[in-house]
Amino acid sequence: MSKKPTTKKTAARKPTARTKKPKVDSWKRADGRAFDELRTLKIESGVLPNADGSAYIEMGRNKILAGVFGPREMHPKHNAKPNEAVLRCRYHMAPFSVDPRRSPAPSRRDQEISMVMRSALEPAVFLERYPRASIDVYIEVLEADGGTRCASINAAAVALVDAGIPMKDLVAACAVGKIEDKLIVDLGDYEDKKGQSDMPVAYMPKLGKVTLLQMDGDLSTEEAGKALELAIEGCKKVYEVQREALKKKYGIDQPQDKPQELPPAEPESEEEPQREES
Amino acid sequence: MSANFQDRDLVLPGDVLFEGRIRTGENTYRNQEQVYATHLGLVNYRPDNVSVTALSTGYMPLVGDQVIGVVVDMDLGEWRIDIGGQELAVMGIPDAVDRPFRTDYNMTRILDIGDTLVAKIVDLDRRRTPVLSILGPGLGKVYEGFMVRITPSKIPRLIGKKGSMINMVIKETGCRVAIGQNGRILVSGPNREREELVVKVIDKIEREAHTSGLTNRTQEFLRQLKERKQ
Amino acid sequence: MSKSNIVSHLKQKKITEVLSTGKRMDGRAFEDFRELTIKRNILFKSEGSAEVWLGKTHVMVGVKVGTGTPFEDTPDEGVLMTNAEFTPIANAAWEPGPPNENSIELARVVDRGLRSAEILDTHELCITVGKLVQIVFVDLYVLNYDGNLIDACGAGAIAALMGAKRPTFSEGKPTGEKVPLTVRKKPIPVSVIKIGDNFILDPTADEEDVMDARLTVTFDEENHVCTMQKSGSEGLTVDEIKKCINMAQGKAPQNRVKAIGD
Repeated sequence: MSKKPTTKKTAARKPTARTKKPKVDSWKRADGRAFDELRTLKIESGVLPNADGSAYIEMGRNKILAGVFGPREMHPKHNAKPNEAVLRCRYHMAPFSVDPRRSPAPSRRDQEISMVMRSALEPAVFLERYPRASIDVYIEVLEADGGTRCASINAAAVALVDAGIPMKDLVAACAVGKIEDKLIVDLGDYEDKKGQSDMPVAYMPKLGKVTLLQMDGDLSTEEAGKALELAIEGCKKVYEVQREALKKKYGIDQPQDKPQELPPAEPESEEEPQREES
Repeated sequence: MSANFQDRDLVLPGDVLFEGRIRTGENTYRNQEQVYATHLGLVNYRPDNVSVTALSTGYMPLVGDQVIGVVVDMDLGEWRIDIGGQELAVMGIPDAVDRPFRTDYNMTRILDIGDTLVAKIVDLDRRRTPVLSILGPGLGKVYEGFMVRITPSKIPRLIGKKGSMINMVIKETGCRVAIGQNGRILVSGPNREREELVVKVIDKIEREAHTSGLTNRTQEFLRQLKERKQ
Repeated sequence: MSKSNIVSHLKQKKITEVLSTGKRMDGRAFEDFRELTIKRNILFKSEGSAEVWLGKTHVMVGVKVGTGTPFEDTPDEGVLMTNAEFTPIANAAWEPGPPNENSIELARVVDRGLRSAEILDTHELCITVGKLVQIVFVDLYVLNYDGNLIDACGAGAIAALMGAKRPTFSEGKPTGEKVPLTVRKKPIPVSVIKIGDNFILDPTADEEDVMDARLTVTFDEENHVCTMQKSGSEGLTVDEIKKCINMAQGKAPQNRVKAIGD
């Protein structure tokens, strides 16, 4: 029974793929991925016993830990806001996370990413519920492989939920770039360095709002719009992994989890023809 | 007007729980016609409201809560106590000693830095700082035992319906157990084996707080542990 | 600073009480270690790496090999540098910032253990005499703190160095090939702490909070002492020090096996 529909599906799809855009299908990236394929993505929540909330993410070969502390008393006190909590983000890379070794002292890049992360996460957090407090989000990059700011945001969002911080929505992040004049999703290290452009996007999937948008390089306005759509598709895939990570920690509905893992495969394949048309 | 999940389903922040007019209960918020979850937890649909039982939260102090804290700072006529909340709680001398106030009290002889106490939140001041008192039955400085911590939102499960869970644990282990709403539990027993039993049970309740029939399973679990020891 | 560095009297009393019955809070005997697990070479951007779990203490050790100028008094020798980082995710009381005296002590004790055992053949790290040598960085990155960092980091450092590869040079130019780093000795630190009249190995964070003194002894594989470090606010008698050395010596070989296999 189950075989018949699948054969029908592939038979129906093949001609459209051939006639419309054979190039897109045959073209593979340096690491063999399709243009809209994410790297392997693994998220685990609640990994740090001493943190109020935490998450570990492996996005490609990025290995990143996020720890959340708070809401707690702000030190120094004059940094506190009387009407809401302050979300403090600190992005930090281990000296051995890159080649050559880097100094453990924070760089300008670290500070910029810390700031960008804060503004990506802030819209999702009910800061007004904790006046004068600080909520600290600490990121430690153990291994960097391109796209660490997106991976860090993904881990931080999971860690915030794990910490029980009230949130409007999760935040999922994914980058889109251009290499050899083609748009690609979730840039690896090589694509990050050799590509023509890089556009990290963070997105609140249930509220449908973009909370981080940066772009470097060269894109036409048309491409920019399409890139944004691709990025959001990527964010939605990331979001599913975030959900699973959080559900798994609480060990709920374990038997139900398995059938839930399967359906995402189908929507993916159904979405492909839509993209080819556009 | 529709519910998007089954009662007791696991939901995440941002999940739309309900579309239409309904009261928003704990750990939810409204955005136009939709009610969203703010926490990871189990959704509860009631006829007139929708709420989420959070599985992971920090401690939000409320007046009337019994809490367990450690004195970490002292000032003129006032102790500051870490109760694991967003900020330190305060307690003045009149809330610590049931005698007329005297300025020459040697405060460290009443409570010293590093002392542990069971206290009640009697007020939240205008900056929402919890104000504690140790005057009352079961309250005061603690001299025996050790502290265990769990997620504050799981404390109700540890207590059980009308104290059924905790009374069962106390009866089966013979330990004294004091519970703070702030997720801290004091355990003191006749010997180390008994105390370790309590630690194991608390750990089990923490892990399985969201499941049903927990009291019976915990009782069974305790019996097995005790048999293994013998 | 946060106030969480205040030690509860109750904790102090309870730990001492339980120790006086010959047991510990987690049920271990005085000389028991928690489970020590070390995974080697898990990071691909480091020349060598080791992930260490000692109970809930979690440390990542990364070895990077770079180049630099040699010290003036040793123009034909490479350099070994050890650095420790207390990340703020490891403990609620740790704040981000420059190294403090605790992280510097950790780095120094591990460093001295490696150095005094003359673990590396520093001459093989020379590229051009007086001008360019290889520098081996050992970064100890604490990810979760639950006591006994020195022993965890010391075992992790040797594990990471044993699996490390260094780039080779020919007439001052990189050849693009990598060879295993020569590791001549395998020093392992073991710390003993004193609480009241009791001496215990592998303390948890709670036990370290209430400790009176600590003696760390590093042994090489012949069980010779390479380094010692005494810290803590109480003194130790000569007999107590001898007792600590004996206790530590008994555990060093086991930890070495866990660190490097064999």
